[in-house]
Amino acid sequence: MDLALVVLVQVLYAVASLVIVSAGLAVIFGMMKVINLAHGEFMMLGAYAVIGALELGVNLWIAIFIVAPIAVGLVGVVLERLVIRRLYGRMVDTMLATWGLSLLLVGIVTSLAGNTTAGVSAPLGSFSIGAYSVSGYTLVIIAVAVALALAIRFVLTRTQLGLIARGTMQKPDMANALGISPSRVYSVTFAVGAALSGLAGGLLAPLTGVVPTMGAAFVAKAFITVIGGGPAILAGLLGASTLFGAINQLATFVTTPVLGEVALLVAAIVMLRLLPQGITGRFFKGSL
Amino acid sequence: MNRFAKSWVSAAVSLAVGVALLFGLPGVLDDYTLIEVTIYAVMSILGVSLAFIWGFGGILCFGQTAFFGLGAYTYAIGVMNTGDSTVPFLLAIVVPALFAALLGYVIFYGRLSDVYMGVITLTVTLILFNLINSTAGPEWRIGSAPLGGFNGIPAIPTLNWPGQQDEVLSPKDLFYVTFACLLLVYLGLRVLIASKVGRVIVAAKENEQRVLLLGYDARVYKLLCFTLGGAIAGLAGCLFANWGAFTSPTIFGLAQSAQIIIWVIVGGLGTLIGPIVGCVLIQWLTSQIGTQQVFNSNLVLGGILVVFVLLVPRGIVPTLGNLIDMAWRMLRPSARTAKPEKSGIAKVEPDAVPALPLATKEQAS
Repeated sequence: MDLALVVLVQVLYAVASLVIVSAGLAVIFGMMKVINLAHGEFMMLGAYAVIGALELGVNLWIAIFIVAPIAVGLVGVVLERLVIRRLYGRMVDTMLATWGLSLLLVGIVTSLAGNTTAGVSAPLGSFSIGAYSVSGYTLVIIAVAVALALAIRFVLTRTQLGLIARGTMQKPDMANALGISPSRVYSVTFAVGAALSGLAGGLLAPLTGVVPTMGAAFVAKAFITVIGGGPAILAGLLGASTLFGAINQLATFVTTPVLGEVALLVAAIVMLRLLPQGITGRFFKGSL
Repeated sequence: MNRFAKSWVSAAVSLAVGVALLFGLPGVLDDYTLIEVTIYAVMSILGVSLAFIWGFGGILCFGQTAFFGLGAYTYAIGVMNTGDSTVPFLLAIVVPALFAALLGYVIFYGRLSDVYMGVITLTVTLILFNLINSTAGPEWRIGSAPLGGFNGIPAIPTLNWPGQQDEVLSPKDLFYVTFACLLLVYLGLRVLIASKVGRVIVAAKENEQRVLLLGYDARVYKLLCFTLGGAIAGLAGCLFANWGAFTSPTIFGLAQSAQIIIWVIVGGLGTLIGPIVGCVLIQWLTSQIGTQQVFNSNLVLGGILVVFVLLVPRGIVPTLGNLIDMAWRMLRPSARTAKPEKSGIAKVEPDAVPALPLATKEQAS
């Protein structure tokens, strides 16, 4: 019984971390159709923002929830203005340019911070379920993932901003005719996606070591989740995270963490063979 | 010169230059430099494999290193088990080709777009990297070859003459083999691209729908192209393992796969010689960066990639070609009136037009 509970918490945690890791990408790729291969590096910047803020004596929670998203959001605005903006509609070129950006960011951070692992210790300690102990931070991750999903849904469906953003993505010229500047909407959307990636990096900083190359560990997982999710941003994100997170965690439980990751990626590839449009291309059609 | 004649001239020129380099370089260079040139040739083969599937097949593969690494590991494991290098050498081509065929089947028969394809191939590379990286313990071995995890496989027996295990190739012989492989791959691909199969592959890249309507199953041709690319990358991997007598999981790494893409972009997409130029330039640049501490190599490579995508999207070789064409036209006033040639469209030369009625008159008489 205790074991079942622990496994349940672990599975929820795996699903939640996939949601968090992929949310920023879901906004940038799902809405703007921009393949952002620098997604992992945005997360890395978020993690470094947390470390930098902690060194300046900022409270950990403020560093994670405020400093990291804002810092990476600003970087996102700058990069969108300088590079991404010139490549809208040219998917392959965006992919290459963002990969260039990812190398560039890794290079810059390595030059500044060195190639050593910095760490943040996980707050909140741990609590026990029967004979097992579970880190309290795990529950924070789960809670944040739920809050994030609700927030995305709220913003996209209930606010003026979300309506404008969705409308612009569907028909930019029509939105333009109605007096909305698509280029500003793109810019803001990209910044929001970048901020979400920064938040993810900040949140995961206490769990993984912080190194300039840490982004590579997340980019494939995030992409596979978003692509496996299909056209609907939120339903796809949640569906794919649930499926892949559960597979990952259960395989990890039976074998090793490495084989767990392999199981996730293989499952994703098999799924894309069966459902090339992703989960929401076939099921949950037309949802958000 | 029309396009057809031009392509034969350039093929003949590259063959001549290639053969001259193949036999000339060992006489001119000292052993150290020759070994350096060998690794450039190995990497050029890898670059050409991506240049072929991406530039001519339209398949953007972010994980070309998957096949490269598989080739290296297949050779290493094979040669450590059998002793003789001939069969492992062939296996190092066949295994990555089969793997590419399997992966290509999933991608092309799932009708995934090129963007998804990039992400999937990237993912596969990461899977292989993680897998091999985690095989550090002594229990991970295939036959008598320990996989070695992140430490890699050291002291791989290098190529020997077929059937004679004791006659190992010298560095000079390895240069001959590698450079000859590069030449063969380059010329073989040029012949393939000029052939009917190659034309269908290029046509499928340009417009898949139209190729389907003409009765060709584009998926088969794409799969063929992808498999061949995998085989060539595997060959490069095998030669790489031979060059250093060593292979490690970083061969699958993201850094390596990023580099190949940069070679192709810098050299010129849609050419076979461009990626070789790009490869040599970038490899040289990376080794120069390695000798100083100011810039990180990622920084420079990333910057180059961004700048080329934004400012020189066609790459060095086609851009230079354009410049030369322009200069040529300015120097030759008679050609100034001729419109610039559009790629892929056969053009009738102005000189050829009056020749036509002349020919018919002769036939009539």
